[in-house]
Amino acid sequence: MATILEARDVCQYFGGLKAVEKVSMKIEEGDIFGVIGPNGAGKTTFFNICSGILKPTSGEIVFCGESITGSPPEKIARKGMARTFQNIQLFKYMTVLENVKIGFHTRTKTTMFSALFRTKQYWQDESFAHDNALNILEQVGLLEYKDTLASNLPYGVQRKVEIARALALDPKILLLDEPVAGMNPVESQELANFIIGLNKAGITIVVIEHDMKFVMSTCNRILVLNFGQKICEGTPEMVQNDKAVNEAYFGKGLAIEEGYQSATH
Amino acid sequence: MSLKSVLTLYRTHKWTKVTFLAIIGLLLILFPVVYPKSYVMGVACRILMYVILAGSLNVINGYSGQFNIGHAGYYCIGAYTAAILTTKLGWSFWIVLPLGGLMAALVGLLVATPTFKLRGIYLAIVTLGFSEIIRLVALNWQSLTGGPFGIKGIPAPLLFGFRITKSIHYYYIFLALAVLFLLATYLIINSRVGRAWVSIREDEDAARSLGIETRFYKGLNFMYGAFWAGIAGAAFAPYFKFISSDMFSLDEGFNILSMVIIGGQGTLIGPVLGSVIINFLTEFLRPISQYRFVVYALLIIVMMWIRPQGLAGASHSILASNRIFAHRKRAPSSRTRQVEGDK
Repeated sequence: MATILEARDVCQYFGGLKAVEKVSMKIEEGDIFGVIGPNGAGKTTFFNICSGILKPTSGEIVFCGESITGSPPEKIARKGMARTFQNIQLFKYMTVLENVKIGFHTRTKTTMFSALFRTKQYWQDESFAHDNALNILEQVGLLEYKDTLASNLPYGVQRKVEIARALALDPKILLLDEPVAGMNPVESQELANFIIGLNKAGITIVVIEHDMKFVMSTCNRILVLNFGQKICEGTPEMVQNDKAVNEAYFGKGLAIEEGYQSATH
Repeated sequence: MSLKSVLTLYRTHKWTKVTFLAIIGLLLILFPVVYPKSYVMGVACRILMYVILAGSLNVINGYSGQFNIGHAGYYCIGAYTAAILTTKLGWSFWIVLPLGGLMAALVGLLVATPTFKLRGIYLAIVTLGFSEIIRLVALNWQSLTGGPFGIKGIPAPLLFGFRITKSIHYYYIFLALAVLFLLATYLIINSRVGRAWVSIREDEDAARSLGIETRFYKGLNFMYGAFWAGIAGAAFAPYFKFISSDMFSLDEGFNILSMVIIGGQGTLIGPVLGSVIINFLTEFLRPISQYRFVVYALLIIVMMWIRPQGLAGASHSILASNRIFAHRKRAPSSRTRQVEGDK
């Protein structure tokens, strides 16, 4: 398997604050890669660097063998990286269908000219975006909400709409920032199954999550950050038994005897 | 029929919509036959001009959510381009008309390029300054623009050997331009390009993460808005026969802006309503001369208070959520929270 996304000694400083400090990682094609860590560990900052929203202070991000350090997010999105946001950034005052249709931007070509003269290109693009948007909504199970305004939907459904919108890009890699936040255990299990399905269909998944049950059951590799630094990277078993990880989550002394699972609930 | 029922009719069925528009179109075409008085035609011409001006500003402010208050600058460029080319070089009106638009679009791009990173009030300040710069250039570049004396004797356009001089003739030209503008905008808004514009208004970061080149689309948006403002300027230079820099002051920019706000940003019909209402008010309030500006100001304040999305704006639009009577029942959005926090 080839490496799809790689970070090399990535640092992000905000003034004196070292939000991300020398983080390196490798994500292989086909992984479901988890990024975990206590609050304020720099997970979302790290995501923002990968997707181009932030330009790292130093270090390099390599995507599909190409350095994308400092590229703007729209270019990175075009290369095949899609993402969702921690604090859901849907187009709130548009319907679910419109939201997903906007996601087809990179895969359609209509220019102002073809829109003005309603050329063949326009009709092709419109039907392509419309049909495929409905397809995706059906896959995600949101077809019934297609004409609902995004802001009127419950939190859990909005998260799914955001995933649907990201899928419209036909990404190679999908970055999910806390996808199950605000979902009940049944919903989060459903979403886990859905994500595994996407992964089987060939999309590499990177996921930030606090729900340990979700992370441990779906991810095959995990990166643990604390205070902006990488403290561990490996399989779920390795991470669960890692001393530094346990210390980061539970404090010193207590952690090793208590174990992990018992303390999460 | 109340305004609301007209609007619901407009939004309902495709064929109802088409018939409705056809009837309106027919009425507009027959209008000069019924009221051929030159005063009425003059007001009608002004309304149509402001439909284009307010409509093109609405493309920038309403659809892509930028905050341009210097729209009079583009209008000025269009008018001066047309006036200079027709008086000094004797070019035909029909060539000068698109040239005025293109010139304005070019300047629109020049303004948009360095301001891509600016949002909200910062962009507003830049556009305000730009509008003043254009006016001052027009005022001081005597050799080209005639300075404070303006440009006189702009020739009337020829159409198939027929010289257009009366308001009633101009009415049809302006009607055609306004319809062309509304049609073109309608076609663009309901396409990939229009969706990209709206996505910038709704959430620029999310738009970028979906691969939308927001800079390109903002530039395109500015150019499109400026283009039509330039067309309006170029079309009106021969109608006024005389232009001078004081016609394009900041007041003019705010006048256009108030039409967009009162009519409803982000809707196609809003600026049309805004233009009709403000121009009617101007006529009715002539007796109280400059005090009418107080009325405009009050009108805008009241609108912002009770109906910030404008007369034609949908209650679910992003603009409606800024209202002072924040919808507490609605799931908290960052915007409503901000409004509540400001209190």
